[in-house]
Amino acid sequence: MNTFEFLLQGLLVAAQPMNLLYALIGVTLGTAVGVLPGIGPALTVALLLPVTYRLDPGGSLIMFAGIYYGGMYGGSTTSILLNTPGESSSIVTALEGNKMARAGRGGPALATAAIGSFVAGLIATLGLAFIAPFVVKLALVFGPREYFALMVLAFVTVSSAFGDSTLRGLTSLFIGFALAIIGIDQLSGQARMSFGIPDLLDGIEVTTLAVAMFAIGESLYIAAQGDQGPDKVEAVRGSVWMTGQDWARSWKAWLRGTAIGFPIGAMPAGGAEIGTFLSYATEKRLTKHPEEFGKGAIEGVAGPEAANNASAAGTLVPLLTLGLPTTATAAIMLAGFQQYGLQPGPLLFATNPQLVWGLIASLLIANFMLLVLNLPLVGLWVKLLTIPKPWLYAGILLFATLGTIGANPSVFELGMLLAFGVLGYVMRIFGYPIAPVVVGLILGPLAEQQLRRALSISQGDVTVLFTSPVAAVLLTIAAAALIIPLILRARGRGQVLSQLAASED
Amino acid sequence: MSKGHTPSTQTRRPDRAALVIAVFLAGLAGLIFWDTSRLASASGYSGIGPATIPFVIAGMLLLLAAWTVFEALRGDFPARERQEFGPVIWIVGGLAAQMLTLKPLGFSIATGLLFAATAAGFGKRKLWFTIPIGIVLCLCVWLVFAGLLQLSLPAGPLEHLFW
Repeated sequence: MNTFEFLLQGLLVAAQPMNLLYALIGVTLGTAVGVLPGIGPALTVALLLPVTYRLDPGGSLIMFAGIYYGGMYGGSTTSILLNTPGESSSIVTALEGNKMARAGRGGPALATAAIGSFVAGLIATLGLAFIAPFVVKLALVFGPREYFALMVLAFVTVSSAFGDSTLRGLTSLFIGFALAIIGIDQLSGQARMSFGIPDLLDGIEVTTLAVAMFAIGESLYIAAQGDQGPDKVEAVRGSVWMTGQDWARSWKAWLRGTAIGFPIGAMPAGGAEIGTFLSYATEKRLTKHPEEFGKGAIEGVAGPEAANNASAAGTLVPLLTLGLPTTATAAIMLAGFQQYGLQPGPLLFATNPQLVWGLIASLLIANFMLLVLNLPLVGLWVKLLTIPKPWLYAGILLFATLGTIGANPSVFELGMLLAFGVLGYVMRIFGYPIAPVVVGLILGPLAEQQLRRALSISQGDVTVLFTSPVAAVLLTIAAAALIIPLILRARGRGQVLSQLAASED
Repeated sequence: MSKGHTPSTQTRRPDRAALVIAVFLAGLAGLIFWDTSRLASASGYSGIGPATIPFVIAGMLLLLAAWTVFEALRGDFPARERQEFGPVIWIVGGLAAQMLTLKPLGFSIATGLLFAATAAGFGKRKLWFTIPIGIVLCLCVWLVFAGLLQLSLPAGPLEHLFW
């Protein structure tokens, strides 16, 4: 069968009434939670994971797809109207979008963001459908050492290539690794770092860690800033609709943003923000209205927002075809797969095509739903932005603990939640990034398995890691991604890199 | 380890909080060395076993600790914002209260306490008002999630009235 037939089959799965309902619930919840200030897509997905616990894998993943796309949409609303981006990849949207909202053009800003996200999501999801089978074929010739090299590359780009310090990025990553070795070793069956505590034998749940660090750590940090008065929400004045000129200025920016965002997201290297910054720079250079940039140029919202959503769909390429999460959000989605014993990767396409293609098709459907849901209901989402902070964070912590209790109602698990929350808070104070901890926890054991398999095959000969051309190239790129930023920062040119920092997504 | 230093203007002073972090990283490395040293014999014919990777990770953590000391002595850590600890204690206290009362009192009461404590951390200190609101809200959540979605949330005296 070719991609078209698979996709058609997927659409049939996704169009079943129950699955449509799951997708609708997913996009609604995803948007509602994603809109809340301070909550990015990673936390949205982690918080809503428990909602899907009792569904069958297909329905649960479809709901998940809706939550993921909904969270991305919701984030852009927050950054346009509130100027406190809920996710680092929305920073650029806030630059121009918030200026537009202040000038009374909030409606068209939201519209171009929503339609741009839709266009980008549509093209990028189709791109995902057509590229995935090729990557799967490629992945089938990958052996353990190639996988290991790929993971090393992902580790470097997630932790230290961007952000403002190699040291702190790597420290976060290795804290994740240290947490990852807790539990029973998968290859030898020996207990490691469990100190005789039965609760630790299963290892640390990725969702517990992610919820603790993102939700509790962030809440503690914001509470510790003290009372700074309410944030100013820009009211949406005037028409939500875009004028002819808005359309004329937006559509090219959407397409360019998609063309920039998708390949960057699809590369097994992480860093969804880069696409939005590149798109912004491109639009600034190509625009016919350079005087408007910095004061609310519509291209500056349309392009980055499209790039943002295109790279979000792009990150699903390495996740689904290689089982390689390159963002914190993707890491949590991988955990969502694993709770059903599903391991994304080339095999999943062979053993469970209905599930994979149903998921891809439901991304398309979720995208349509979001377009319909977002523009008319924008007034409702704006109301969510005005929830006072005490109630908002009390609610966030309620749902954060609900997820943990639902997964494992034990006092020990709640204790871990508290401990990791405090750890996340302390890391936040000192400027340590959080995403590498989460990626390290989930990808660390997989990398260890591949490395040990590779070395078992070679009977302990380490040079085997470098003798495969693919692995050698990947490791060289990884080394470059580690060393070049170090040199740049030492020469005082680190500002660009810290702007590209991935604080959450 | 979370000394809320005000941003120091003289940047070349050793950063004590960062030194504490270095000690923490070294301690973590030591813990891994100590735990995995008992596994070292089981390394198999490839020379790489369950203890190998933990050793490498612990070694890297030691290196990172040394690097942290170096940056701390040079004052390379970024300036930190002032932290108020009252709200932090409220929220941590709320989480601890929830943890301890979850089994005996059930989900709604325990989480209602957390809800009120968090709201207090953010400035709503009227506990006689926030605790009942929290408990009622959590009971609704319990009914939806334990009732409809069949999540296993611990029930207490309050939940047994309904179920």
